[in-house]
Amino acid sequence: MEHELSFLIGGEAGDGIQRSGYIYAKTLLRSGYYVFGYFDYPSLIRGGHNFYLGRASTRKIYSHTEHVNILAALNQETIDRHIWRLSGESFIIYDPSRSKPPENFKGVRVEVPFEEITLEVGGRKIMRNMAAVAAMTAMTGLRIETLTDVITGVFGVEKSKLNIIIARESYNYTAKKYGRRFTLENPSPGRKIILTGNEAIAIGAVKAGLKFYSAYPMTPASPILHYLAEKQHDYDIVVIQPESEISAVNMVLGASFAGVRAMTATSGGGFSLMCETVGLAAMTETPIVIVVAQRPGPSTGIATYTGQEDLRTVLHASQSEFPRVVVAPGDVDECYQRIQEAFNISEVFQLPVIVLIDKYLGESHMSTEPFTREVKIDRGKIASGNKDYKRYRLVEDGVSPRAFPSTPNIIVRGHSSEHTEEGFATPNAVVRTKMVDKRFSKLPYIEKYIEELEPVKLYGHKDAEVLLIAWGSTKGPLLEAMKILDEEQVKVRFMQICYLEPFPTATVQEIMRNHKILVDIEGNRTGQLAGLIREKTGVEIKKRILRYDGRPFSPRMLAEKVKEVLEDGN
Amino acid sequence: MGTKPLTVRELSTPKKITWCPGCGNFAILTAVKRAIVELKIKPEDVLIVSGIGCHGKISDYINVNTFHTIHGRVIPFLAGAKIANHKLVAIGFAGDGDAYSIGWGHLTHAARRNDDIVYIVHNNMVFGLTTGQYTPTSPRNFKSRSTPYGSIEEPLNPILLSLASGSTFVARAFSGDIQHLTMVIKEAIKHKGFAHVDVLQPCVTFYNTYQEFSKKIYKLEDSGHDPGNWDKAVEKAVEWPGSGDRIPIGIFYRNEERKPYTEMLSQIRDAPLVFHKIESVDISPLLEESM
Repeated sequence: MEHELSFLIGGEAGDGIQRSGYIYAKTLLRSGYYVFGYFDYPSLIRGGHNFYLGRASTRKIYSHTEHVNILAALNQETIDRHIWRLSGESFIIYDPSRSKPPENFKGVRVEVPFEEITLEVGGRKIMRNMAAVAAMTAMTGLRIETLTDVITGVFGVEKSKLNIIIARESYNYTAKKYGRRFTLENPSPGRKIILTGNEAIAIGAVKAGLKFYSAYPMTPASPILHYLAEKQHDYDIVVIQPESEISAVNMVLGASFAGVRAMTATSGGGFSLMCETVGLAAMTETPIVIVVAQRPGPSTGIATYTGQEDLRTVLHASQSEFPRVVVAPGDVDECYQRIQEAFNISEVFQLPVIVLIDKYLGESHMSTEPFTREVKIDRGKIASGNKDYKRYRLVEDGVSPRAFPSTPNIIVRGHSSEHTEEGFATPNAVVRTKMVDKRFSKLPYIEKYIEELEPVKLYGHKDAEVLLIAWGSTKGPLLEAMKILDEEQVKVRFMQICYLEPFPTATVQEIMRNHKILVDIEGNRTGQLAGLIREKTGVEIKKRILRYDGRPFSPRMLAEKVKEVLEDGN
Repeated sequence: MGTKPLTVRELSTPKKITWCPGCGNFAILTAVKRAIVELKIKPEDVLIVSGIGCHGKISDYINVNTFHTIHGRVIPFLAGAKIANHKLVAIGFAGDGDAYSIGWGHLTHAARRNDDIVYIVHNNMVFGLTTGQYTPTSPRNFKSRSTPYGSIEEPLNPILLSLASGSTFVARAFSGDIQHLTMVIKEAIKHKGFAHVDVLQPCVTFYNTYQEFSKKIYKLEDSGHDPGNWDKAVEKAVEWPGSGDRIPIGIFYRNEERKPYTEMLSQIRDAPLVFHKIESVDISPLLEESM
């Protein structure tokens, strides 16, 4: 009996690998297990190698692992590329007409003629991925009905029919020939949900009262567009794909100025095009929420992979200086929660809020308990029926009430030039200074507001000498690495910095003071967070674990790296 | 605002006007104010968005809701605002640099979508506020600070491009004829869908075309032009700029059959988005799907 299962299904782009992985992961979820699924694919439609690296456990899990118990191969390349992930107890499920494991493979060979089964029941060759998923389902002793229910949910009743027949055939074939070979412990009770970070953000935005979404396709942010486009009629949200990111962000700003909660999402390249409007939002004090889903760059980079290289980009985007907020969730629960906070902050303080995620968080499947955490909607100060309304009235906390066009007896003036309280352009030196100070006078209030939102989270041993510091999606693999380190008696504590601007300086300083050894862990080349910490606290973190090959950290590798830097005396 | 009818004077602001004396922008400002008054639109129901350049100051000079945006982005901002509250009368102002240089891409797509907004372009064929460089509508051989030896580029034809893009209302007016300009702007506001009005507006400082245009201009409505006929509109559009000596003004094309974007959105059938209640949205069906 095992408490955990790790699997990989791989094939060519166009083989339906992502869907297969998701269907099997969801079958495991429906059977009661926590799951995680990472999809690795190059930027092309057909050909090229795709794989879905999944994991299931009786305990909550936060990332993939590198080693797998079951490898389902739709082609030879999958075996060749991933054989290193297998041990003597692993299984390879493969179609003997297509591929075969190397002679020296010591594990279990499970031959299932995916293609033959598929063609025999009248399926098309492309449907053989369902035979592979069903074989895995049989090997792990899950119920066929659970699988077929999931298939119906994914394909719909009509399209699922043939897929279900193929699945049943393959399930029976495998069960009969090999039986249940991998037994997971009984799962923990309670319903669970499986979703990606992108979906969690979309659902959180819907919960927050999103009414207008405009975005231009860009990996890995596009799934948010797809999700909201699908749900637009259920929630009366207008979803539009305009001519460019420039158009998208300006539409969003216009909608926000007119009074609705509006959002856009993109990746670094698209965000570069949006920069001017980040400043426009700041100058006109118009709320805006922008999700930036990072991928490795600069420029086109590697479009379908992951990285944490845009922290500095979002901290400094657009000319001049102005208050902004940057928040980086680390898992699906945080995506759901932080996006709601982002809407509140953007409206309470009337400024741009950037939610920073990445491909690994945005596109990986994660399981959790159904969301219950309520973030109460706060739209900030809104004026009504005030005869001497001034959009930029100078007030102590810097936040002048907003008003929306079509409010009776109120004229609203937004202005991209420096402006008077009424919203007329002015180059006047005195007014200029007052207005810059007005915008910055919000800052201490924002800091106080964010303090209440748990801007920094701590995990692990309170009394550890070692403090690991990370942000965003690194949270997942790091929490898993800590399980490994725990088993090896390496005591560490982990500080996750969620709000990166305004930076929770005092809190971070306080925590760092209690630990002798500091280690920075990030998905970039230069240690952007370490640089930020030095800027804010004066503390230089010399020990760094940096990855910038486009791949996410994996728990085992991270645990090894942590031990390595701890051995290094510097 | 009570029941008293609105006057043009009430649409003024205390802001001192800093356009050059004799600037064509004055006529556009007056015409827009007159159009609002004559169409009996409440100032609070109007949203004006202007871009960057001399024209952009118009938002400071008129007492309705305004947003002075960045260069070239009048259309997307206004389109977003209109979707958020489709009861607003949405009027955008842009210069020829704003509309036809940096922001052209948006015009094509607003036309294609048939965004329900009015887009008035102050076309003086020169960059004024940046002290006289050529624009995409400057004629060939135009000498400016950035083309001291004369421009070697052909000007684009905004009317023709607008027609090709699918605009459902395309017009040209001349700031030298304020009555006619007011009429065109009123028709543009009344139009449901994307209404593009190109206003020839001489720049008295950097490119004064007033005399030349006054002589060349003729009105389409006097020539028996049928604005319902797209092919004829194209014929009229290519008359100028080009070899022709006469400049047609008036409504080139009007299509009242194509639905504006906002009319096709079922989400706003019952009420503008801005009035939707957003507290207590039920996401349980979304979670159910993820189980």
